[in-house]
Amino acid sequence: MSTPQPAVVDTATAGSRDGGDAPTKRRPRTADRSHARDFSRGFVVKLVLMAVIDALGVYALFAAWNAEAWGIFAAMAALVLVANWVYFSRRALPLKYILPGLAFLLVFQIYVVAYTGYVAFTNYGDGHNSTKEQAIEALLIQNERRVEGSASYPLTVLADGDDLAFAIRTEDGDVRVGSAEEPLETVDDAVVQGGTVTEVPGYQVLDRQAVLARQNDVTNLRVPISDDPEDGSIRTQDARTGYAYTSTLVYDETADAMTDAATGTVYTPNDRGEFEADSGAKLGVGWRVGVGFENFTTAFSDSRYAQPFFKILLWTFAFAILSVATTFALGLFLAIVFNDERLRGRKVYRTLMILPYAIPGFLAALLWSGMLNRSYGFVNQVLLGGAQIGWLTDPVLAKVAVLGVNLWLGFPYMFLICTGALQSLPGDVLEAAKIDGAGRWRTLRSVTLPLLLVSTAPLLISSFAFNFNNFTLIYMLTGGGPRFADASVPLGHTDILISMVYSVSGIDGTASKNFGLASALSIIIFIIVGVVSAIAFRRTRKLEEIS
Amino acid sequence: MRRSIPIVAATLGLALTLTACAGSTDEPAADATATPSSDALTVWVDETRQDAVAEAAKAFEAETGTDVELVLKNFGDIQADFIAQVPTGEGPDVTVGAHDWLGAFLQNGVVAPVELGDKASEFVSTSIEAFSQDGQVYGVPYAVENIALIRNTALAASAPATWDEAVAAGQAAGTRYPILVQTGVEGDPYTYYPLQTSFGAPVFAQNEDGSYTDELTLGGEAGVAYATWLQAQGAAGVLSTDITYDIAVEAFANGESPFIIGGPWMIESFEGLDLAIDAIPSAGGQPAEMFAGVQGFYVSAQSDNALLANDFITNYMATTDAQVALAEAGNRPPAFLSAAEKFADDPIMAGFSTVGATAAPMPSIPAMNSVWAFWGVTEANIISGAAAPADAWNKMVTDIQGAIGK
Repeated sequence: MSTPQPAVVDTATAGSRDGGDAPTKRRPRTADRSHARDFSRGFVVKLVLMAVIDALGVYALFAAWNAEAWGIFAAMAALVLVANWVYFSRRALPLKYILPGLAFLLVFQIYVVAYTGYVAFTNYGDGHNSTKEQAIEALLIQNERRVEGSASYPLTVLADGDDLAFAIRTEDGDVRVGSAEEPLETVDDAVVQGGTVTEVPGYQVLDRQAVLARQNDVTNLRVPISDDPEDGSIRTQDARTGYAYTSTLVYDETADAMTDAATGTVYTPNDRGEFEADSGAKLGVGWRVGVGFENFTTAFSDSRYAQPFFKILLWTFAFAILSVATTFALGLFLAIVFNDERLRGRKVYRTLMILPYAIPGFLAALLWSGMLNRSYGFVNQVLLGGAQIGWLTDPVLAKVAVLGVNLWLGFPYMFLICTGALQSLPGDVLEAAKIDGAGRWRTLRSVTLPLLLVSTAPLLISSFAFNFNNFTLIYMLTGGGPRFADASVPLGHTDILISMVYSVSGIDGTASKNFGLASALSIIIFIIVGVVSAIAFRRTRKLEEIS
Repeated sequence: MRRSIPIVAATLGLALTLTACAGSTDEPAADATATPSSDALTVWVDETRQDAVAEAAKAFEAETGTDVELVLKNFGDIQADFIAQVPTGEGPDVTVGAHDWLGAFLQNGVVAPVELGDKASEFVSTSIEAFSQDGQVYGVPYAVENIALIRNTALAASAPATWDEAVAAGQAAGTRYPILVQTGVEGDPYTYYPLQTSFGAPVFAQNEDGSYTDELTLGGEAGVAYATWLQAQGAAGVLSTDITYDIAVEAFANGESPFIIGGPWMIESFEGLDLAIDAIPSAGGQPAEMFAGVQGFYVSAQSDNALLANDFITNYMATTDAQVALAEAGNRPPAFLSAAEKFADDPIMAGFSTVGATAAPMPSIPAMNSVWAFWGVTEANIISGAAAPADAWNKMVTDIQGAIGK
């Protein structure tokens, strides 16, 4: 048996192999001979492995603690505790097998799905990128202006107990000292060396390291120039030089409102996560808020998205179904041909057939996109004698090209599983068919195919789900193009739902980011794939009744 | 012994799981444990600039006793990653970046202003203008770049004044292509922009102080005239969507055309050719004005090391030596005047600077993000003949307005 045995052949028989006779061989278990308290070599191995896991877990806990990532800390603590309980308890036999998979599932699936679900109900995207606190902070720093024509002052950071203060030297050589509460005042007995203040009575001059230790306090310190707020305040960004600033926006925490100091306009938060004035004017930076089902309705009701969405939905189904059908047909045909014992050199052929499978999909798609270039591509130049066929620029041909390349990429997989399934078909059934007088075609249709489908149907469904979201191929081959001529959003004829989501999310930089809408669309895709798979699996159960 | 095998297997599985979890928590953890204790400064750089920044960082490390941790990023990913990661606290303190990212950075509140003080006058004025918004500067520029007409002097002796002259000279040279302009099926509006402005159709209206407004100016008669011209050039075979960047650069390097419209980043592909840098010929009668692109350093709005970050970029990156090193690494003229002087004798760099003297910075307003996707494809479709020029151009203007207005 030179052909690789695909997993499918095993799955059909796996159930009976494990479940049946294994437990009966075991000695009856008594209370004090628990598998968990069996101090055999196995126990020692387990102890060592658990120690390693715990060590890693504790390391992760410390790291999460330092990073103040409490979500991760809690999840990690729970995982470590559960792992220890499961592997040292007497009662958790099934969990011992389930836990690793369960942990993977929680981390890589459930969390991701839950987070996507959360984002789908928010307006996360450009302009609504962070929390309200961060938006307020950003608005304040964006609207702090240097006093026009004001000088730059050599600055020294001082400490008065826990409070910080600034000492600056004015152009006429005076030293002025002030803190957050006390406006600047001239100090006569300060020591100045080389242009900077080195000593101020009553204050401690902070050295570089001490300043760095309190970076945020230093950059947040505003020292008023005088009692009149109009004069502005001194602040520094590098603790070496100070500049006079005035704020044009003021945030009032109790009223939760932004006031424009120059015009007196008051901005209050609206339900879209923005500060809005009564006149409807909005401040530039917003924050993330929940928007209910808006993202879901946009996908269908926004006239700019609705029409391309249904076109793309249709093409996605066509693409996924045709991809599975064509690859399976070719794979099955080749498998049957190469399964014929009269064929010489089958091993060589089979190896050659698997070659496309060995090339990474994205690389192959990229190569093909070069080979299908209208003027310089290998296909047009060499195979078609210089014909200028727009394989990737004509809407119909682009779809043909996508399906063709996917056929090239996908048939080896189908070839593999069909070969495996063919070789595991019971010979007696085929022989019986022969004796009953069935011809080749009849045998294929009534015996081989039904038996084959029992083991390959689940793989066909997963292959459908894979192609439904075959982003790599579309992105690398056509980029979704050629663009719809009649749509007002940057989507194209070969875009499938997942590449549409990518384009809508704006991560590629061609549109403003809208993670909320993209998440909503990906949830819709998830539901479609889920429903289709569920229906398909239900129908394949009928197939199993045949065998 | 036999029954312990599944346990071992399961434990191994769990070990893998947990290491996987630990792996995902590792990154923030490593940062966090390093940051508060040693005040390390995290800087995102791209491959081209890595060595130059590392060199300047050495001086900073020696003088301040602060570690600078350089994180290598793909330049194209930096903008999106910066916007996504700064609010979570996982972003860097400083990143390299292009000035036209500023609009999105401000809209998302991820970048902090930088006070250059008197140093501002030591930079090329366009570069400071490009990093300014509403009277505040948000980055320390290090390079100014723009495109120009690169001429192979062996194939064309003199600079063409107009597009038609360039095409005629190209045809007279008897090469495969009269002139090379990178296009591709998605179009390349950045490279085509000077041709468009020569018809009097810039992308956005400008205020008196040079800042951009949301008002589109690429439509109207001028825009349609440009679109019609594109179609004619496509039909004549001068412009083609099959010419991608790679194909254009390779063809020019092989001497298949006397002219290519491109930037300083192409120069290293043209070794051995005798080049001259000329102004881009006007196609529509008016001067062909290109975009100026400025590159610089941004400081994160959520940086815990704001002092160090500002100190690093204003006092260590804005120096002649650092800027010269960055210019040599990226092949782009420096933004620091004293560093730019060092390249005054370099005909290529000086050539690009001269051509770009009148260039206006590429708009950095958030609305610009909504323009690219429609602009390029429309141009490409007109050139390839897939779309009627006037209709396609007017539809594009409507679509862009729709995208901005949402």
